[in-house]
Amino acid sequence: MSIAATTARQVTLATGKSKDKTPVSLAFLIALWFSMFFGVLVLLALIVNTAIDGSTRFDSELLTNYASIVRPESSGFRAGILGSLWLMVFTALLAVPLGISAALYLEEFADPTTRWNRFVEVNLQNLAAVPAIVYGLLAVAIMALLGFQNAGIVLGGALALALLILPVIIITTREAVRAVPREIRQGSLALGATVWQTTWRQTLPSAIPGIATGTILGLSRAIGEAAPLVVVGLAGSVLFDPEGVMSRITALPMQIYSLTSNSREELQQAASAAIIVLLVMVLGLNALAIFIRNKFQRSW
Amino acid sequence: MNRTSNRWAAASGAIVLALTLAACGGGDAGSDTGSGDSESGAVSGSVAVDGSSTVYPMSVAAQELLNEENPDIQVTVGEAGTGGGFEVFCTGDTDISDASRPIEEDEMAVCEENGVEYTELQVATDALTVAVNADLDVDCLTTDQLIDLVGPKATATNWNEIDPSFPDQEISFFFPGTDSGTYDYMAADVVGDESEVLRDDVESSEDDNVLVQGVSGTEGAVGFFGYTYYEENQDTLKALQIDDGNGCVAPSAETAQAGEYTPLARPLFIYVSNSSYADNAAVAAYVDFYIENLSDIAEIGQYIPLSDELYSETQSTLESIGS
Repeated sequence: MSIAATTARQVTLATGKSKDKTPVSLAFLIALWFSMFFGVLVLLALIVNTAIDGSTRFDSELLTNYASIVRPESSGFRAGILGSLWLMVFTALLAVPLGISAALYLEEFADPTTRWNRFVEVNLQNLAAVPAIVYGLLAVAIMALLGFQNAGIVLGGALALALLILPVIIITTREAVRAVPREIRQGSLALGATVWQTTWRQTLPSAIPGIATGTILGLSRAIGEAAPLVVVGLAGSVLFDPEGVMSRITALPMQIYSLTSNSREELQQAASAAIIVLLVMVLGLNALAIFIRNKFQRSW
Repeated sequence: MNRTSNRWAAASGAIVLALTLAACGGGDAGSDTGSGDSESGAVSGSVAVDGSSTVYPMSVAAQELLNEENPDIQVTVGEAGTGGGFEVFCTGDTDISDASRPIEEDEMAVCEENGVEYTELQVATDALTVAVNADLDVDCLTTDQLIDLVGPKATATNWNEIDPSFPDQEISFFFPGTDSGTYDYMAADVVGDESEVLRDDVESSEDDNVLVQGVSGTEGAVGFFGYTYYEENQDTLKALQIDDGNGCVAPSAETAQAGEYTPLARPLFIYVSNSSYADNAAVAAYVDFYIENLSDIAEIGQYIPLSDELYSETQSTLESIGS
């Protein structure tokens, strides 16, 4: 809760009177309410509309079948769903260790006054604002350097998504680490632990809930991205399951993108249903983040 | 404290294990060259197709039908567009490139530079039909008149504004949805305006039936469809002939394939990398299957199947790849 709102509430409680009721402030209040509901209503309308469009296709075939142009009425998203899940796992494997290490270094070991570290920090903030499609280009370049002709494989896609969410993970991890009280570190150091031991055994474990929340939110952003994957060159139509990091795949957002603009009505309906599936996946990840935060949150 | 460090060790161990497993799994899936015996059922391997979004439905249909017979051939099909397709094809990244126009000189140069030899196979003909209400006394449009009629800068609302000899009749427009390939073809290739859109004061529907009903039920109405769809509904519609400088040509499978019905018809191609075809049994199996079942595949893609003559030409071109 913001400071302004808290203060206002306290004032209200103290005087026992409600807020002032001049027409101007009332109009302002209504404008604020409108702003809030506008966003919510548009989102709700969009979701309901999509759900109605896709309502004929909420069956198990949607999850277990491959996309089909020969039999559009039983078209499914098996390749996309599996592809997205594989991408998630490898994105996490790439981004989480790197992101946490970078954040720990910056927060616990680096000297924030040196020019170099300030430069790194400014760039981290900038990286978080870089358009997603640029990370696709970056991943293609890295894959080419690594000697891969075709980047449209699990590794290429995961690399693009990992680069995309790396700044998010670093920033949230730094905040989580910063929230661990200084006294815990000082206590550990006073008892003779080294900086390394303090970080590894005290600071990091205490910051885990915050780090996990940030990481999962980052991943839920990555799962919905299509643009960097298009640049990386993931195929639109894949009719086999991923078998390894070198396997060619497609991803759910890409299939949705491809099918929503298809002229066959059955495929458009399937795409609408798949949007709901993607939404459930994202909301599921977010719910997990909230659960972890609430379950493991500590107050000092 | 010991417990904590053990847990961390276990966690990092698990990550390493997962990576190793994944890397091992990748080993056999990553091999790009196909292996197979003379028996087609035993062929396995991977095929990479990319290119025109117009040919995409056909290549996907081929992929799907082939996988019903032999699920071990792993085909991926992309829709990067004809130009985008050649870009990756000519660097050797894909085995087959879908194209809705012949390869251009600068693209050929890139292919040559990278030593990619290819064979062009025509797989179908894509054609549009401009149809009007059966009672309208208009039979033929020149290409320019067509652009004046449907282009983004078009303002005509009465047929006599297009040509004074046309009847004094208000025009109603029935266009396919902007997502359809039919619309794209008309906007980008026939009208050819940079904006790649058509006039927007029209009735628009993704459902061709709605368009047919609109055109057949409204006086002075005009609409356009894929040729195959017109063919199924030709009793209720009147197709306009198109004059592209060589006299009025009526739409038909023959005029479309003969290249007379321009600019509303175009050939569709797949470009096959010769070395992929020769070295990768999966590519050969895919292309052979594609050409063998070409008429079914063209039907699924809603294009005009090749005439017997063109088909045998495509077949003999295919046979010559190996030699």
